[in-house]
Amino acid sequence: MLAAVGRRSVGFVGTFGLLGHFLADLLRAVPDTRTWGRQVFPMMRRIGVDSLPIALFIAAFTGIVLALLASYTVTSAVPLYFVGALVGKTTMLELGPVLTGLALAGRVGANIAAELGTMRVTEQVDALETLAYDPHAYLVLPRVIAGTVMFPIVVAFAMATAISMGWLAATTLLPVTSAEFLRGLRLFYVPFDVSFGLIKASSFGFVITMIGCFLGLNTRGGAEGVGDATTRTVVYSAEMILVLDAFWALTLLRPS
Amino acid sequence: MIQFREVHKAFGPKQVLKGFSLTVREGETMVVIGGSGTGKSVAIKHVVGLLDPDAGEVEVDGRVVSHLARKELTALRATVGYVFQFSALFDSLTIYENVAFGLRRSGDMGEPAIRERVAESLGLVDLSGTEDRMPAELSGGMRKRVGLARAIALRPKYLLYDEPTTGLDPVTSAVIDELMVRTREALGVTSIVITHDMRSAYRVGDHIAMLYDGRIRQEGTVAEIQQTRDPVVRQFIEGRPNVREADAAPLSAGEEVAVEGMQR
Repeated sequence: MLAAVGRRSVGFVGTFGLLGHFLADLLRAVPDTRTWGRQVFPMMRRIGVDSLPIALFIAAFTGIVLALLASYTVTSAVPLYFVGALVGKTTMLELGPVLTGLALAGRVGANIAAELGTMRVTEQVDALETLAYDPHAYLVLPRVIAGTVMFPIVVAFAMATAISMGWLAATTLLPVTSAEFLRGLRLFYVPFDVSFGLIKASSFGFVITMIGCFLGLNTRGGAEGVGDATTRTVVYSAEMILVLDAFWALTLLRPS
Repeated sequence: MIQFREVHKAFGPKQVLKGFSLTVREGETMVVIGGSGTGKSVAIKHVVGLLDPDAGEVEVDGRVVSHLARKELTALRATVGYVFQFSALFDSLTIYENVAFGLRRSGDMGEPAIRERVAESLGLVDLSGTEDRMPAELSGGMRKRVGLARAIALRPKYLLYDEPTTGLDPVTSAVIDELMVRTREALGVTSIVITHDMRSAYRVGDHIAMLYDGRIRQEGTVAEIQQTRDPVVRQFIEGRPNVREADAAPLSAGEEVAVEGMQR
């Protein structure tokens, strides 16, 4: 048992060492703009634009369910226009970024880990290096930049979709008029709500792409190693999203 | 010139190289033979800094690879072509993009010059007309040839071949061997070929060195290796299943191996 604990501790320290190297290599790659600059826009399309369908699908159903849950929660003591307030607040502050983040941890994070992991085990990463390319400049930086920039954009569309679908559900399925829904939506709204959601989304994009790239580039073995890196990326990304969610709430929402 | 001096390399508890020393002179083709998993690929990865030795050093043109700054290492890599065991082609890029990939890095060549160089390199490996195809559409032998074209497109001074004929049928292996010889004649490169295919080793090599138990067991010309009486080397080149344990003991310093005119 002691040996097992020792092995795990050594493994843990080793992972931190690898992470330190990874971050140092990433920083060293930043001035190589000629390499990563050309890759950023294609990655923004792959990570951001191509993620819109799944993000909007989730947002649409979240909006509908939120409206129905709100009407269920709001009893006769509270006016029904609070449905708009609940849909708006929960979408912008929490569910928009977090649900989209969790979905994209699977779509984007797993995709990056599997792609880079396969490149690692098939020696394509070594081939990049022998052709005088820095893999951190060519593979990692464009993905991290694209994730950090595009996640808030995807989340903004997801927020708009969720609120629109919440409005549609409220006005068609509940005894709420458009005017009432909009009144509720404006009731507790402050512009910071949107900023808060987008800041969170950006941090999720950064962390998911970093985890995918780190685990992908450190893949060992064959198909099993790629599968392991992919699974760990999704699990760690989901955990980090929840940790960051709490972190931003503690940092930005705590009353002074 | 490439020189390995007492290179040691371990992965976890497994000591792969235990004092690997070898000199590859300008213009020659050095074939490194040895069983699977003996560290042949590990050894050549040190030449381009894909691995750093735990002890010892690898010198290319008088510069110790592990001491080079990032920029110097990049410059060194531009002079070394590496042909990977499983080709390592970028599977999301066309054949043209694969071969042009290294040329675009330097930024010195315009697109017309790159197009010309790609056509020339693919022509050298008899794959003209495949520019628009994807790697997945090619056979294993064709992919190896594209890998060679990608390596020679940069007009390197050195070429490293990692098991270039592994997994290929005898005819395709002979084609690859012929290409290696032709490439050397056309470009005058210095090469290291990692293989356990003895027919290929005899066809392409000027010198052959056998890696055994982490170090060079024997090195010599093709003729010298063919005549060796070292039981471990004989067993390998003849493809016999067993060697007596006593014969497999490492040779001591200065011990004479039974090859005329050759001493270690």
